[in-house]
Amino acid sequence: MAELSKLAQYIESFVDVSHTPSQQATSLEAIISLVKNNVVTIKTLVTEMGMYLTITDHIIRGRGILLLGEVLACLASKPLDDATIHSLMTFFIERLADWKALRGALIGCLALMRRKMEVGTVSQTDAKSFAQSYFQNLQVQSLGQHDRKLSFELLVCLLEHYPDAVVSLGDDLVYGICEAIDGEKDPHCLMLTFHIVELVAKLFPDPTGTLASSSSDLFEFLGCYFPIHFTHGKEEDVDVTRNDLSQALMMAFSSNPLFEPFAIPLLLEKLSSSLPLAKIDSLKYLSDCTVKYGADRMEKHSEAVWSSVKEIIFTSIEQPSLSFNLESLDSPSFQGNEMIIEALRLLQKMVVKSNGSFLRLIINDEDIKEIFNILNIYTCYNDLPLQSRQRLNAVGHILYKSANASVASCNHVFESFFLRLLDFVGISVDQSDNCKISPSRNFNFGALYLCIELLAACRDLYASCDEQTCSVKEKSYNMLQTFSRSLVQLLNSTFPGIPKKNLHDAEFYCAVKGLRNLATFPVGSSPVSSVVFEEILLGLMSFITMNLKCGSLWNHALKALQHIGSFVDRYHGSVEWQSYMHVVVEKIAPMFSLHDEALPLTLKLKMASDIGRSGRSYMLKIVQGIEEATSFHLTEVYSNGNSKSVEILLSLLDCYSTKILPWFDEAGDFEEVILRITFNIWDQIEKCLVFSTSMDKALLDATMMALKLSVRSCSKESQNIIIQKAFNVLLTSSFSPSKVALSTTIPVQMEGLQLLQQKDSPLSRDEWILSLFASVIIALRPQIHVPDVRSVMRLLMLSITRGCIPAAQALGSMINKLSLKFDKVEVSNYVSLEEAIDIIFNTKFRCFHNGSTRDGSEMLLTDLCSSIEKGSLLPVHVVVGLSWIGKGLLLFGHEKVRDVTMVFLQCLVSKSRTDASPLQKVILEKDCETNLDFAVMNCAADAFHILMSDSEACLNRKFHAILRPLYKQRFFSTMMPIFQSLVSKSDESLSRYMLYEAFAHVISDTPLTAILSDAKKVSLNLIPMLLDGLLALSVNIINKDVVYSLLLVLSGILMDKNGQEVVTENAHKIVDCLAGLTAFPHMMLVRETAIQCLVAVSELPHARIYPMRMQVLHAISKALDDPKRAVRQEAVRCRQAWASIASRSLNF
Amino acid sequence: MVSGLINANPVVYEKKERRARNTPCDSDEYAVESIDQLEIFDHIRDIKDPEHPYSLEELKVITEDAVEVDDEHSYVRVTFTPTVEHCSMATVIGLCLRVKLMRSLPSRYKVDIRVAPGSHATEAAVNKQLNDKERVAAALENPNLVDMVDECLAPSYS
Repeated sequence: MAELSKLAQYIESFVDVSHTPSQQATSLEAIISLVKNNVVTIKTLVTEMGMYLTITDHIIRGRGILLLGEVLACLASKPLDDATIHSLMTFFIERLADWKALRGALIGCLALMRRKMEVGTVSQTDAKSFAQSYFQNLQVQSLGQHDRKLSFELLVCLLEHYPDAVVSLGDDLVYGICEAIDGEKDPHCLMLTFHIVELVAKLFPDPTGTLASSSSDLFEFLGCYFPIHFTHGKEEDVDVTRNDLSQALMMAFSSNPLFEPFAIPLLLEKLSSSLPLAKIDSLKYLSDCTVKYGADRMEKHSEAVWSSVKEIIFTSIEQPSLSFNLESLDSPSFQGNEMIIEALRLLQKMVVKSNGSFLRLIINDEDIKEIFNILNIYTCYNDLPLQSRQRLNAVGHILYKSANASVASCNHVFESFFLRLLDFVGISVDQSDNCKISPSRNFNFGALYLCIELLAACRDLYASCDEQTCSVKEKSYNMLQTFSRSLVQLLNSTFPGIPKKNLHDAEFYCAVKGLRNLATFPVGSSPVSSVVFEEILLGLMSFITMNLKCGSLWNHALKALQHIGSFVDRYHGSVEWQSYMHVVVEKIAPMFSLHDEALPLTLKLKMASDIGRSGRSYMLKIVQGIEEATSFHLTEVYSNGNSKSVEILLSLLDCYSTKILPWFDEAGDFEEVILRITFNIWDQIEKCLVFSTSMDKALLDATMMALKLSVRSCSKESQNIIIQKAFNVLLTSSFSPSKVALSTTIPVQMEGLQLLQQKDSPLSRDEWILSLFASVIIALRPQIHVPDVRSVMRLLMLSITRGCIPAAQALGSMINKLSLKFDKVEVSNYVSLEEAIDIIFNTKFRCFHNGSTRDGSEMLLTDLCSSIEKGSLLPVHVVVGLSWIGKGLLLFGHEKVRDVTMVFLQCLVSKSRTDASPLQKVILEKDCETNLDFAVMNCAADAFHILMSDSEACLNRKFHAILRPLYKQRFFSTMMPIFQSLVSKSDESLSRYMLYEAFAHVISDTPLTAILSDAKKVSLNLIPMLLDGLLALSVNIINKDVVYSLLLVLSGILMDKNGQEVVTENAHKIVDCLAGLTAFPHMMLVRETAIQCLVAVSELPHARIYPMRMQVLHAISKALDDPKRAVRQEAVRCRQAWASIASRSLNF
Repeated sequence: MVSGLINANPVVYEKKERRARNTPCDSDEYAVESIDQLEIFDHIRDIKDPEHPYSLEELKVITEDAVEVDDEHSYVRVTFTPTVEHCSMATVIGLCLRVKLMRSLPSRYKVDIRVAPGSHATEAAVNKQLNDKERVAAALENPNLVDMVDECLAPSYS
């Protein structure tokens, strides 16, 4: 009984309107859970509610009924017996008459009617009596929006779930519905009413039945909504769009053929409206109706539809586009002109549905006939007036769509037009079925254009049909078979370069398109014989190899070939594929080895990479050609020093690295080829024992890049093979690691390290091999072990002292990849990370002097940086080398990187003899010795750039480097305090300047979020230091890029919300600095950014910036006269921003 | 004052396409880009008409050709065409043009604002008023006028 008293309490609290909505909701939930858990039955609930359901106070009654309805709505999955449902339904049906308390009855009915079969549904008789009561009692249009929506949902539910019950109501149902929905305006309700009409119309499909008499009334309701005019903004009714409404209305329109006498005239009328949206909608609706109403009903409208469609296409189409892209293979495309697309779609639907009558209309149309007359008058594209060009394009599209509609229509169109068009272009048939080209005829652009549209339609049709439907006996097929050869001959004859004919580009584009269309008929059901196919390829190839001066035409023809290639590649092994291989690919592949000067190398490479990328088998062949050429020219260069070969090699390698390798990676499974090419490069250098002349640096770079990229995409197994091969070649050089390995110290020859040595001096074979070897190491995966690691490391270290940067990069990569630990350490010469670091930092170097046998002192690598050898570049090389090693360590966050950075910092602050002289003087100093100190410092500052920036050459994800997340952030926050203390301590201008430069490198490569989170902690120091850095660095032109990146950091802090606090504190200093930079003479971007920063500053708190106003305006007034326009524009904006904070007294 | 609009229904023209300047990005850092006709026109094209929500460009009050500029001699002359002959807004439009150019050009410039010959009933008077330093300064002391000018100029700063 406790439950019952609780229940009574809940009921009361729900019914009582003085309770808050949330209280009511909780009590409703409580009641529902009671009923759901079978604590209380529906019957008890009803008995308990008793009085509330029948009381005369309509508010309480309304709440009572609503409670019952809501409870039922939540019990959709609870099984109920038929008697309960019947009695509840009877109750609710009765309550429909109670207009004062309707909501509950609607919800209750809806809940009951929506019940599923398994849990007990409303009986058919109940449904029928519901419908009767509904139409008798409900005045839907006088209800509020939500109740209307519920009523419509009820109707939808009734029509969907109980069609048998309501169909017997006949006319009453239709009239009842008409009354209920008439005049509806709410978009949500409209979606439902459109659906209701659709359902009703489908309920009475019989053309003589109930709907026959009332269809006009029903359509009257629909018709007034077309075209949908929907202006609701986005803020209201987010969930219903104009498109949804239009779609729902369309479904209603086409739901019953009985609507045809009303709908089609209305739609045709709206087609001539001036609203583009109405036109598009009409076209869509017409297409839909055509499909659903059937041929007989549409027959009488065909003429009207045709004339409207023609009108639309003729007026809104543009002149034919002269280029084609890959997408246009399937169908002609319009740049977003929806109207034409819809019109053509309607046309095609009509052709398909109308059993030829519509097609006859098109074929016999006067306007289309007129176009054919025009074709005879103007034969050349240039002669055609603009309007005729548009007409021509329109007719082309119309013919395409009609021929593309079905096999029968295709035959019909071909019969009617194709022969005539061929006659225009000068192809005719004699008695014995041999076709010939009459040479006297002029070229006829228009006819050819239409011919090609027909070809495209036919091809697309064949491609979409299966073999059975387009049997070989079709007329269009036969015609094409007969004429394809002469067509190809004719089209080939239009290519420029063929004398006598002076043709416009348009004709050429058209011809290439035609050839492509002919060549891309589906293999197997193609009317184009393999001989003709070969002729097409030969024609295009001869054009491409002969005519190099016609840039865009050349590209166009190449694209067509590429297109055909990728199409034919789908039919691997077919006759067409073989002839493509033979005619195109096998011609291109050997081109690189031949010494023909006719075709420039860049064009050859473009051709090769484009054709190669259209199919796997082509690429294999072409790469072989490139490979052979590469090895040939490498030998040429190595042994004969052929300078022409160098140029060729540069382009070949570039094409290989930038075009072919990325494609390999994308297509996958080309490892064998890559491995072969890599081996080839090594073989060439191995074979050639002595270089004839010294080598070019650019060639080395290109070779290294190709090698790196190849190695990186290889698998572990292949990499193992490659590194072994490379090592073997390395043994043949004088750098052989075994020689280095013998001694415990590494001898450093001081000779050859003199200052006079140029950086881009010619390279010997040994250096060449070493660089290539280094680039292999750079690209290795972490799991790969380098043979004889210890000696190799020593060798690399030795090379570092000679200034070989790739060696440093390789060493950095090695260290970086050693950080990954492996369990299997069975490899004989495995070197752990610790040991490797020990080798690098604890191996002693011994310096030898020129000629003398006297031993120099023994030094560590880190000590060499500060070695005081006069006039030696050694420290510079070592600093650069160390910075790459440091980068390798930094990426995976090793402790040792601290020591390395300390070395750099020592170089920066070390006392040198230049300290005394002023900064500017040092930089401009020509004296070697002071300059050398400066060079070391510069390198040490740049080392921070190497450490922090993302390098393209090595130590990135592409080359399998191991990156620890957030390493930049971590390095930044350790370095900042160090820089700050060093700067404050250093009192010489030069080293402070250099420290600022290093600081700038670090901060500008750190992610902004890290700086900002740090900026709060060290707010007092970071911004002033940044500003001081800007001031110090902006003195010198050499550092303009550094200044710019530093300024970007500042602007990042200014723009960010988190930075505001820090910025406000330092506003005065910031403005000082920025005002100075607005006149930075060396870089426009700096001035522009500085002014933008000033605009950002103007948004700081008024009191803080007001005092700076005059200073800024003064600086800006100068910027208004800046030599660069972009700066002036920013200045105007900035001036306005600052002038407007100064109340009314604007300064003029 | 006249109540109601002077020209209640002006003809609105299409805006001209913004001409993108084809400056090569790797151009010389120190090359001077002098102030030219288009730049001046860009400054003033978006000024709003005092009584309509259209820009002066849309109403064809100013066109690019109506701007004459001589960067070497620091001289610029803008000739504008009021929409109707008796337009009492002509002085306000002129004032807007002058203020905008004064704020946008380097101080070395002399700005000359004129009504197109034959386009206004009191052409001479308007021209004189617009090019009189004292009267312009006095006008800008008037808070109502300054508010009006600022409102018209607002769209040209975006």
